Amino acid sequence: MCKCDPYADRPAVYNPAVTTPVVEIEKLSRRFGTFTAVDSLTLVANAGEVFGLLGSNGAGKSTTIKMLTTLLPPSSGEARVGGFSITTQPVEVRRAIGYVPQAVSVDGSLTGYENLLIFAKLYDIPRSEQQARIREQLTFVDLTADAGRLVGQYSGGMVRRLEIAQATLHRPRVLFLDEPTVGLDPIARDAVWKHLIDLRDQYGTTLFLTTHYLEDAENHCDRIAIMHMGKLAALGTLKELETSLGTGSHTLDEVFVHYAGATLDSGGNFRAVSAERTTEQRLG
Amino acid sequence: MTGTFIHPLISFVDKTFVIAEFELRKLRHDFTELITRALQPALWLLIFGQVFARSGMMHTGNIPYLDFIAPGILAQSVLFVAIFYGINVIWERDLGIVQKFLVSPTPRTALVLGKGLSAGIRTLSQAIVVYGLSLFLGVRLNWSPLALLNVFVVVVLAATLFSTFSLIIACIVKTRERFMGVGQVLTMPLFFASNAIYPTDIMPAWLKVISHLNPLTYVVDALRTSMLSGSPSTFGLGMDYAVIFLTTIVLVFIGARLYPQLGV
Repeated sequence: MCKCDPYADRPAVYNPAVTTPVVEIEKLSRRFGTFTAVDSLTLVANAGEVFGLLGSNGAGKSTTIKMLTTLLPPSSGEARVGGFSITTQPVEVRRAIGYVPQAVSVDGSLTGYENLLIFAKLYDIPRSEQQARIREQLTFVDLTADAGRLVGQYSGGMVRRLEIAQATLHRPRVLFLDEPTVGLDPIARDAVWKHLIDLRDQYGTTLFLTTHYLEDAENHCDRIAIMHMGKLAALGTLKELETSLGTGSHTLDEVFVHYAGATLDSGGNFRAVSAERTTEQRLG
Repeated sequence: MTGTFIHPLISFVDKTFVIAEFELRKLRHDFTELITRALQPALWLLIFGQVFARSGMMHTGNIPYLDFIAPGILAQSVLFVAIFYGINVIWERDLGIVQKFLVSPTPRTALVLGKGLSAGIRTLSQAIVVYGLSLFLGVRLNWSPLALLNVFVVVVLAATLFSTFSLIIACIVKTRERFMGVGQVLTMPLFFASNAIYPTDIMPAWLKVISHLNPLTYVVDALRTSMLSGSPSTFGLGMDYAVIFLTTIVLVFIGARLYPQLGV
């Protein structure tokens, strides 16, 4: 266990002019039989950035996140996360990242405190520091008063905040989030975003997330990548993407339709849709 | 050199117990599961056991039939509880809990063994129920500390073995509906092709061969010789432990290979 300062290499304040690559994806592909879910994806996310991966259902966003979090081996290509290879150094990658899946990933039959305690132990946080770290996390996500309650009694927003606290207990360099605000009402969404941005500002954590809420990407992401049918269709800041459409003012909606297409049924599968609706139901 | 070997081993054991603790903490908040589980061994011992003991159809040597069947029912309830453990694993997959575990740096073998171990500790409640009923029915129990320790270890190991087997099935079938079907299909043959409720001597030759390949037979044999006074082991306690241990180790390694598939 490294006793060094976990924040030493992170920017105190995000500065777009200073770019240190922390997620480097090089020709990453994933095939399922004859279907290519992710097709030779190449992009870089920088330290301290809020990086949004957009796309319609089945565009390959979740498959990309699963490969970057070492849940799914790539068919070809490579990616380095926090400086480690996802194919040859998966354990080092796991120590460097946190992950909030789309589905509810905390246990409803345990208290908020217990959910954090188990992960503090799994991530080798020294015993002498565990209690202080858990208290810090609970304070950070405003759940101190509810730490002793069963998570099954939490609201959707509280569950998401606890998941963020759980996924960042070990102070990861990169936090991957798959549809972090799905199923939340506008107030809960704002609260989740406030904590995510605080996480970036206080700890220099890079946020790499998927979303299909365009306003989330518009309001909070420093850079946006749009995926379409497994491929990278566009990449840049919101301003860059808008100006890429040519003269006149354009909205992100127009940019999205331009790059991801406006067809009604572009992809996804039954399991993905079912999982998303179940998550919405559980959190909503 | 030794350090590089010992550190991962300590970490593995530590993580295994963390996973087991995670499962056991859930029990502290909800005891209903333990109470409902107590019903099945009670039915088998009080109804099936009593009726067959009266019929005199089973020839169990100089051991009364109720004494003979008590360890068998303990093994059976361990099997029945453990074999459906995979349902929890599928539930955790449908949530995002499996993914969260898999993204942590925890060794896969520790995740699988920890889950199995927690099932083992959970099934100890079955042992308490069967001991209580056996006492009530006048079964001649062996109360020596060594015998009790053996029962404790065998119950935990057997539940670890069968719950890991269950986890492997869950990794293959992936849905609750399919799991229920496969679980039902496997449980009864494992139970009936063992020495749990009748001696293997009365089995036809082909069934006898199968029963000797069935780990439940060795679990029952170990429990019978430990739980009862004056009941010699058929295979020897050493052989029973060897079969249970080796099968568990093999299953844990297979489970650790398959478990990551649930994260996809």
